[in-house]
Amino acid sequence: MGLKPLLTKDFHTENLVKLAVYEKTGGYAGFKQALGMQPDELVEMVKKSGLRGRGGAGFPTGNKWSFLPKGVYPRYLVCNADESEPGCFKDRYLMENSPHQVLEGILIASYAIGCNLAFIYIRGEYLPQHEALESAIDEARQAGYLGKNVLGKGYDIDVILHRGAGAYICGEETALLTSLEGYRGEPRLKPPFPAIKGLYGKPTVVNNVETVANLPHIVLNGADWFKSMGTPTGSGTRLWCMSGHVNRPGNYETENGTPIRELIEDLGGGVWKNRKLKAFQPGGASMMVLLPEHLDVGLDFDAIQKAGSLAGAGAMVVMDETTCMVDAARRYVKFFHHESCGKCTPCREGTFWMANLFDRFEAGEAKTTDVDLLLDIGYSIDGRSFCPLGDASTWFPRSVIKFFRDEFLEHVSEKGCPFKKSAQEAVA
Amino acid sequence: MALARPTVEEIKASAARYPSKQSAIIPALWAAQHEQGYVTKEAMGEIAQILDLPPSLIEATASFYSMFLTKPEGRHDVVICVNAPCFLRGADEIVAYVEHQLGVRDGQTTKDGAITWHSTIECLGACGGAPMMQVDHRYEENLTPERIDAIFQRLRTEAPHDTKARGVAPGEGAARPSASATEPVRRKSPKRASH
Repeated sequence: MGLKPLLTKDFHTENLVKLAVYEKTGGYAGFKQALGMQPDELVEMVKKSGLRGRGGAGFPTGNKWSFLPKGVYPRYLVCNADESEPGCFKDRYLMENSPHQVLEGILIASYAIGCNLAFIYIRGEYLPQHEALESAIDEARQAGYLGKNVLGKGYDIDVILHRGAGAYICGEETALLTSLEGYRGEPRLKPPFPAIKGLYGKPTVVNNVETVANLPHIVLNGADWFKSMGTPTGSGTRLWCMSGHVNRPGNYETENGTPIRELIEDLGGGVWKNRKLKAFQPGGASMMVLLPEHLDVGLDFDAIQKAGSLAGAGAMVVMDETTCMVDAARRYVKFFHHESCGKCTPCREGTFWMANLFDRFEAGEAKTTDVDLLLDIGYSIDGRSFCPLGDASTWFPRSVIKFFRDEFLEHVSEKGCPFKKSAQEAVA
Repeated sequence: MALARPTVEEIKASAARYPSKQSAIIPALWAAQHEQGYVTKEAMGEIAQILDLPPSLIEATASFYSMFLTKPEGRHDVVICVNAPCFLRGADEIVAYVEHQLGVRDGQTTKDGAITWHSTIECLGACGGAPMMQVDHRYEENLTPERIDAIFQRLRTEAPHDTKARGVAPGEGAARPSASATEPVRRKSPKRASH
C-alpha cells in the first residue's frame, strides 16, 4: 500500500505556507464549498465519512459535533495543537508545512458547529509553528476568509491563537480548556462533557490538528471518497511518526490498514545497523509495547487495539535487540511522574512510586518482588485516577513486564543494567 | 521594575480579545517574560492590577507551567530531550557531552553568562530527528559532538536574537542583576526540575 499522501500531498510545493500558493493547490476551495452548504449537511457528511479523531482516542468526529445541544450559544471550537505525547511529532509537521490547511479545517469545523470564535491551543515550545499559524491567520483575515461576513455569506468567524507554556496534561481536553481559561491546567470531571459544558461553561468541540486538516479534503471530494480509503472502521489516512532504531525516522502518511511491517521495513528502511527488531510501540508513550510477531497487524485503531495496544496519536517507536526495555519504561514512567498535575492521589503518588522502583532497578538495588510491586502499583492507578494521564502511565510498563519480565529479574541478579554496555556501543 | 508601556498595552489588548479577561493571564505572563527575561513577583502583581484579578491567581497559574522562568538565566537557553525516543538514539551521551563541554551542571549557566542548559524528560516533539536539543526555541536535530561544538561556538558570540522565544528584550544582556534583586526569588516550579 505504501505512502498515501493526502494531507501531505503538496508538502513538496515551495512556499506552501503562503496563502497564494496554498490557494493554487486548491486551498480554501473546501471552505468556500462548505459555506454553500447547510451546517447540518456538513455534520452529516463528516459523520458519513467515518473520520475519527486523530488526537488519540479515535472518537468519530461527526458524532462529537452532533452532541452539541441545540440552540445553546455561543459555542466554541478549540483546535488542540498541544501535541506533547512522547513519540509524536505529526501536528508540528502539519502546522509548519501547511498552516493554511489546518486553518481551513478549523473554519470548516467552526461553520459546521455554528461557532463564531475558535481557538488554537498550541504548545509553548512550538514557536516556529506558532509563527506559521499567526501569519496564516493574518493572511486569511486580509483575504476575507475570516472576520465579519466571510466571503459575503453572512457568517462571522474569528480565530484566537493561544500559546501554552509547558504542560503535557493540557493535551487532555478538559485540562486544555481549564488552561485556556487562565487557570492551572488541571482536568475536570466528565460528565459534563465539553460538548455540553466546555470553554467558559459553553458547548465546546475540541478537535486535533490532524483531524481538522482532513476536513477540506472531505468537503471537496465527498464522504464516499474518504470512506473508500482505509478500513471499514478507520477511513482515510494517518500520519505515523516513526522514531527510535530505524534507518529513516520521520513522518509517513499511509492509508489506514497498511501493515506495520511495511511502515517499519519499507518506508522506514528497517531496523538500523542491521540489527534485529526487539519491540515497537505504536501510539505514543502511553501505549502498550508490541512484538515482532505483531508486524502484520494493520495501522488502524481497531486492529492495533485487537493486538493489545492502541494507535493513540500515531507514534511508532522502534526498539532494536540492544534496547533495555526496563530503561525505556523507566523514561516514560519518569515522564508521567514529572507531568502528573498532582490533582488526584493515585496518579500523583503512584507515578512517584513507580519512578522510584524503576530507579531501583536501574541502580541494581531492586528485589525480585519489586516486579510484582510495580504491577500492584500499576493496578492501583489504572482506572482509579481522575484523568487518563494516570491510567496511561501504567500501560507501557505493565506490558513490558508482561513480555520482558526476565529483563527485570536480570537487573536484580546482575545488580544493574545488563544492557548498559551494549547500549553505549550502539551510539558510539 | 515596572512593566513597559507597550507590554501593558499588549496585556490590555489581549484581555479585550478573550470572552473572559482571565484567559489573558498566560498571554500576559508571556508578555512580561518577553520584556523582562523572566517573570518577577512584581510583574505578576502588576498583571493582577491590569486584569483586576487577585495576585494569588496569577501566581498560581504561573507556577504551574514549566516555561515561565522565575529567575534570570543565560543569554541562550539549551534544552536536551532525554525521553525514550531520544534515549534510544543516544540522548544520554549527548547530555554527558554537553555537560563536559560547558563545564556546568544541568540547570546551571556558563560562567560567561552565555548558556543555561537543562535536560528535560518532557518530549519536545522532534523524535524523528533524535537526539535533539532546543536552542532558544529553535530545534537542532540529529546532534553529533561536532554539531554541538558549532552551535555552542555561535551562541557564545551571539547576542540573544530570538527575543520572543527567549523572553529577553532586544539589546538586553543576559544574567543581569534584576532591578528587583532584593525581592525574594520565588522558588522555581517543581515542574521545571528536569527529571
